[in-house]
Amino acid sequence: MFDLRDLYLQVIVDHNKAPRNFGKLARFNHEADGYNPLCGDKLHVYLDINDAGIIEDVSFEGEGCAISVASASLMTEAVKGTPLSGFQKKFETFQHMVTADLEETPDEEKLGKLAVLAGVREFPSRIKCAVLCWHTLKSAVTDSHVVAKTE
Amino acid sequence: MFDIEKIRGDFPILKQEIYGKPLAYLDNAATTQKPQCVIDAVTCYYEHDNANVHRGVHALSERATADYEAARKKIAFFFNARSEREVIFTRGATEAINLIASSWGGAHIKAGDEVLITHMEHHSNIVPWQMLCERVGATLKVVPINDRGELIMDEFDALLSERTRLVGVVHMSNALGTINPVKSMIEKAHAAGAAVLVDGAQAASHLLVDVQSLDADFYVTSAHKMYGPTGVGVLIGREQILETMPPYQGGCDMISMVTFEKTEYNDLPYKFEAGTPHIAGVIGFGKAIEYIQGIGFDAIGQREKELLDYATAKAEVFDGLRQIGTAKEKACVLSFVLDSVHPHDLGTIVDREGVAIRAGHHCAMPVMQFFKVPATARASFSIYNTEAEVDMLFAALKKAQAIFA
Repeated sequence: MFDLRDLYLQVIVDHNKAPRNFGKLARFNHEADGYNPLCGDKLHVYLDINDAGIIEDVSFEGEGCAISVASASLMTEAVKGTPLSGFQKKFETFQHMVTADLEETPDEEKLGKLAVLAGVREFPSRIKCAVLCWHTLKSAVTDSHVVAKTE
Repeated sequence: MFDIEKIRGDFPILKQEIYGKPLAYLDNAATTQKPQCVIDAVTCYYEHDNANVHRGVHALSERATADYEAARKKIAFFFNARSEREVIFTRGATEAINLIASSWGGAHIKAGDEVLITHMEHHSNIVPWQMLCERVGATLKVVPINDRGELIMDEFDALLSERTRLVGVVHMSNALGTINPVKSMIEKAHAAGAAVLVDGAQAASHLLVDVQSLDADFYVTSAHKMYGPTGVGVLIGREQILETMPPYQGGCDMISMVTFEKTEYNDLPYKFEAGTPHIAGVIGFGKAIEYIQGIGFDAIGQREKELLDYATAKAEVFDGLRQIGTAKEKACVLSFVLDSVHPHDLGTIVDREGVAIRAGHHCAMPVMQFFKVPATARASFSIYNTEAEVDMLFAALKKAQAIFA
């Protein structure tokens, strides 16, 4: 049986306690809001994309459960310094991981540290907590002014 | 004598294990479990008596109609309605409130009028009034609450005016457990010329409700929070008021004569029961009422107070726990936040220990806004809960704290 420790891995607990890239960026050219009405999780993402199309900097603010905060923190680490052209693929890879069959082993090569969130598959009501930040970042990338939701 | 083992034995669902641990169901404010007698009543209807009501002349229809109307009679007696004509079945408390807002509100609330509700209402007693006020140009006023989660009665007195057409108040708050002084509020509202709707969705399985003694104009509740089926509830309305109200929905059963030129509406209570009702649900509701009567509110009240006192004493000494809702008059609800663990993480963690609680805004977002929390964890108790289950909850909270330590 799945153990709680597999959901609340130390990495997740750490990122929740001390989220990376937390707070407003001094300079940014994209931003978006995310909101999960069922949980009350609120997120704001800031993005600085340079002329070469590289995500130069990214940060987030907001409040939510440990899964949503840790996921946002890990996401900022995963996309910072990477080309914007690769974002959609990353988004899809993450989305696939958290909704895939339990038997499927997460592709750690592609996912890197994000693989620690694979445990949410076991907790269907918590998947939305993990993906809210990704939907919000997507809104920021596309300059959508609609508040991102996961449903 | 309150025989907890016998009562637990009446609820088959409680016998199961969750993730290898005995189930401790502490989410009774969301919905209560169903005793075997209610399950059997619903099954028996479908196995033996299923037919439409108020229509056929055949044996099954006669039986279905008799059982359906017998349930109405039981429910009328339970709430001390003046007659069965005051008992209108709905899909639940939410639909009952929408019925009142649409039919009574649409006819009586005009531009410049006020509807007075409270800060601790469930969304279902906020949104229908907001929608109505927007439609007719009336104003929604809100009685504030204090830090314990009690209504500030001086503010209620001050907000009540000759412009107030209706006061909508929750009898017992699902998010806080607060029991409101509805009787005195009704008296004051009537003195000011306003009608009163009491939302009894949370209260009716815990408190004896007498609509005549309260002098409520409308009292609504849902069967599923009273050990009955989901999808059915009731509006108890004052007959003189119901008589003057236009129908809510059109259809069969609510008419006495239909031609293309004109339709004559049926008498009470059928005027407000368009379409085939939830017959099995109503029959199950009637049985649930009998079940509650079999235990009696004296025993229920005493037992539930013991449990809440036990849980509250534990909560008060639990490190890092802040209770949300500490009203002097409260029942069955322990709403709280832990300083180190978000309510949703808590919900998931205690679930793995077999403990079912609710984590969220409890359909009362303004209450969360008042206490400046995004959500709370809520354990809510019922007649079948035990001290051992409360212990399981607090052991699970310790475990959650350890994970986040």
